[in-house]
Amino acid sequence: MSVGAIPVESAGALSAGRGGARREMLRELVRSPLFIVGTLILLWWIVCAIFGSAIAPQDPNAQNLFAINKPPSSAHLFGTDQLGRDMFSRVLTGSRDLLIVAPLATLLGTILGTIVGLIMGYFRGVIDDVLGRFVEAFLALPVVVTAIIASYGLGRSNLELIIVIGLLFTPLIARTVRAAVLLERELDYVSAAKLRDEGPLYIMFVEILPNVFGPITVEFTVRLGYAVFAVATLSFLGLGIQPPSSDWGLEVATNYGQVAAGFWWEVTFDALAIASLVIAVNLISDAVEGVLER
Amino acid sequence: MSAVSEPAEGPATESGAADALTVENIDITYRVRGRDQTTVRDVSFRIGRGESYGLVGESGSGKSTIALAVVRYLARNGRVSQGKIAIDGRDVLAMRGDELRKLRADTVSMVYQEPGRALNPTIKVGRQVAEVFEIAGVTGAPAQERATEMLEKVRIADPAGVMNRYPHQLSGGMLQRVVIAMALASEPSLLILDEPTTALDATVEAEVLDLVSALREEFKTSLLFISHNLAVIAKMCDRVGVLYAGELMEQGPAREVFEDPRNPYTVGLLRCIPRRGTAKNREALDTIPGFPPSPGETVEGCVFAERCGLVEDRCRSGEVPLYELSSARRSRCHFHERAQSLPRVVKTEPEAAAGNGSAAREVLVSAEDVSKTFHMEGETIHGLVDVSIEVRVGETLGLVGESGSGKTTLARVLLGLTAPDEGAMLAIEGAPLADTTGRRTHEQQKTLQIVFQNPDSALNRRHSIRRLLSRALTKLGGYRGDALATRLRSLLSEVRLAERYLPMRPGQLSGGLKQRVAIARAFAGDPKIVVCDEPTSALDVSVQAAILNLLNDLQRREHVSYLFISHDLGVVRYLSDRIAVLYLGRLMETGSADQVFEAPHHPYTEALLSAVPTLENGGQRERIRLEGEIPSAANPPTGCVFHTRCPRFLGDICVNTEPPLAESEPGHAIRCHIPLEELRRLQSTEVTVAGAGE
Repeated sequence: MSVGAIPVESAGALSAGRGGARREMLRELVRSPLFIVGTLILLWWIVCAIFGSAIAPQDPNAQNLFAINKPPSSAHLFGTDQLGRDMFSRVLTGSRDLLIVAPLATLLGTILGTIVGLIMGYFRGVIDDVLGRFVEAFLALPVVVTAIIASYGLGRSNLELIIVIGLLFTPLIARTVRAAVLLERELDYVSAAKLRDEGPLYIMFVEILPNVFGPITVEFTVRLGYAVFAVATLSFLGLGIQPPSSDWGLEVATNYGQVAAGFWWEVTFDALAIASLVIAVNLISDAVEGVLER
Repeated sequence: MSAVSEPAEGPATESGAADALTVENIDITYRVRGRDQTTVRDVSFRIGRGESYGLVGESGSGKSTIALAVVRYLARNGRVSQGKIAIDGRDVLAMRGDELRKLRADTVSMVYQEPGRALNPTIKVGRQVAEVFEIAGVTGAPAQERATEMLEKVRIADPAGVMNRYPHQLSGGMLQRVVIAMALASEPSLLILDEPTTALDATVEAEVLDLVSALREEFKTSLLFISHNLAVIAKMCDRVGVLYAGELMEQGPAREVFEDPRNPYTVGLLRCIPRRGTAKNREALDTIPGFPPSPGETVEGCVFAERCGLVEDRCRSGEVPLYELSSARRSRCHFHERAQSLPRVVKTEPEAAAGNGSAAREVLVSAEDVSKTFHMEGETIHGLVDVSIEVRVGETLGLVGESGSGKTTLARVLLGLTAPDEGAMLAIEGAPLADTTGRRTHEQQKTLQIVFQNPDSALNRRHSIRRLLSRALTKLGGYRGDALATRLRSLLSEVRLAERYLPMRPGQLSGGLKQRVAIARAFAGDPKIVVCDEPTSALDVSVQAAILNLLNDLQRREHVSYLFISHDLGVVRYLSDRIAVLYLGRLMETGSADQVFEAPHHPYTEALLSAVPTLENGGQRERIRLEGEIPSAANPPTGCVFHTRCPRFLGDICVNTEPPLAESEPGHAIRCHIPLEELRRLQSTEVTVAGAGE
């Protein structure tokens, strides 16, 4: 009878058809200049992290005591440090630990935050209030102080960094997820699920979760930028990635006494590298947010 | 090319002066993903000075696009690719910058569907109205004065008070008046109203429409009135144009077009609407088969040919001219002379009467003394007060009332989604029903299901149709494996959905198809009662007719009962065996559909009925208007809650004593101090008018 041919929402050409909305979003994302620039920079550093030792013109850890504190030249593009190590090679390989620790920490924070946010937003009431207090308390913890305390308990390792940053990100992500869940739980599909006696776990994770992936993705990319920054900061303070890694934050910390002596290149290139990575991640997160949250 | 482009003389045209609006052979094209899509083709009409012209059509027909093009508000990817638009004889398409701004400030005003979105929520109403005068050069105190005057003109009772309030402190009807006041402040020669009352209750809609008619006289403004509601257009417009898929199918004086349509599309559309006096067991609604062409699709020949029962070979090739039927009427159809012989898609007679003599059947669900109090921000809101209803096996109980009357709350209480206050007694098939769905037995859960108003909210947009339906079949029906696959197929055929929709997500389906999925889900566990909460209010009339027929078929076959909530009294009348009328959470009247719809009935029911514009009698049927706003449920009036707006107000007794819900004749109860005989006498004039449609 009235089962016809063209299942198209004909709300005018402005809506441009909603079929394959996800593919449409992806296409839009790939076309966005922000996304392209951010991804190119990020990919560059990922390639460096993986193949750094192979690309680097010299062994990043090879010392050359006859060529210490050399300014940039054709032999050493970024100069050498106080042990005569090639700065260019060290910058190229310096992203390795950072690019392992920051994403894993963000992922941990996102997973925990999503679970907490789903529970708070779905149950509301007392559970929300109690968890909400914890979230607020956690939000008040400064990254550095927490990391110092944690370093006594967990020791100074990449794992400790991942756990500390992940836990500190949890309440931030929980807050975002909770807000999204509060909107979703009022929609009728949740009522429909209750009417067929679905349990809360099913409703939270199968019904609601897929619908709040948008804000979670945005929050993940935003947090990733902060994580890169946090890891670099902690490394700078000696609480993060440990020697002999050529990590940028660590390098800046070890070498920054040298700036006063005029050896600016021992810090500048590492600092620029950190900045480029943070900017790249932020460009990507801006692009993702632009596409998803409209 | 197309035969006639010079439209007819309007009745209210003054000779000599330029038309308020002339639209000549326009095409509107959107550029989507590098391709041009023409969404409006060869549309011409003109609006004389002081004339009111209606554009009617279903969603996607291009009505709003045309209105946007008239004031050059098309989205950046859209343009008028052909033709001419002139306002007051001036070419709009040639205007640039300041000229265009001046046109929008002085000559044309627009009023949209959502008044809340037309006002700035952070600025007081008075400031926003005064701003219109400031743009015209009046500043300071005079602007304030003029603003107050303007609010008085739109019949706002306390203009000074309203000036000092923020938009969120006003009701939808009030906001729309403010927007109309702002639109008319510049005394425009053309006022464009795009679905101005669609978001409002029928009683408020009636008032706003009256207001627009009165102001139109006063300001001598021409109207371009856009609506999907044919009855509203019939009431408001001198002439009407019927749009389909971006083409003008028919045009002429509103009354002639609706009484004597000459285009198969108009004929089909009119047959989709439940007429006064028709009911499901007397007449099945007709539908329009198929779907409109998708935007940008080029159709060879007539755009309606695919769905037309009168189609012949010549319709599918060449251009169909807009035939001139008389000096005032046009129709884009080769067979305009026999358009009304369009064969019906659905047989007139329903196969077997459903829900006849429901009084004799046993009670399926009963709710007694249901009250629901909400506590919000220190206020106590009485959502429901001592409501008792029962639904019998296989019958439809219609629930009507304005927004905020508690219809949906009552439905949610029955479903166990909202717990009622202490003291309520719910029962199903004689067994008590727990307050929340989680504490009900599995059998009870599958017995009670719902079809929500908005399928976009009711269907999880991330799940495929297959997953949505399979899960419901598994959880409610207990189907697994092969049995599940078999039942899924039969369920699809019951709601007439093709199997190829199974892998799709709801977002890929049209509104009507989505609602079919929602209905299928509700029927997955073979329910005995399904709550239908405004299931067709988001749909076009042709789709609505198909959904109503489907609900009817399902009821006939499965003997399911419905609790049918709707603000559309025509639809409620058509589908319901019995009707319950709610006002401010109280039951005002219950009875069979005939008892409630025919006098004598409660004064509130009377007012609701007379608020609804109808196509019969040329849309003129208003006898009673409800004054003022619906009182707040946090602070309901004393005595009879309806006394503040009652057209049959008696006096002190109404203010001080709440009348009981008294059974005045078998099966018919009214909550009113006026005795039934007196109501019969008072409303007797109505009987002849209301009965005329039968």
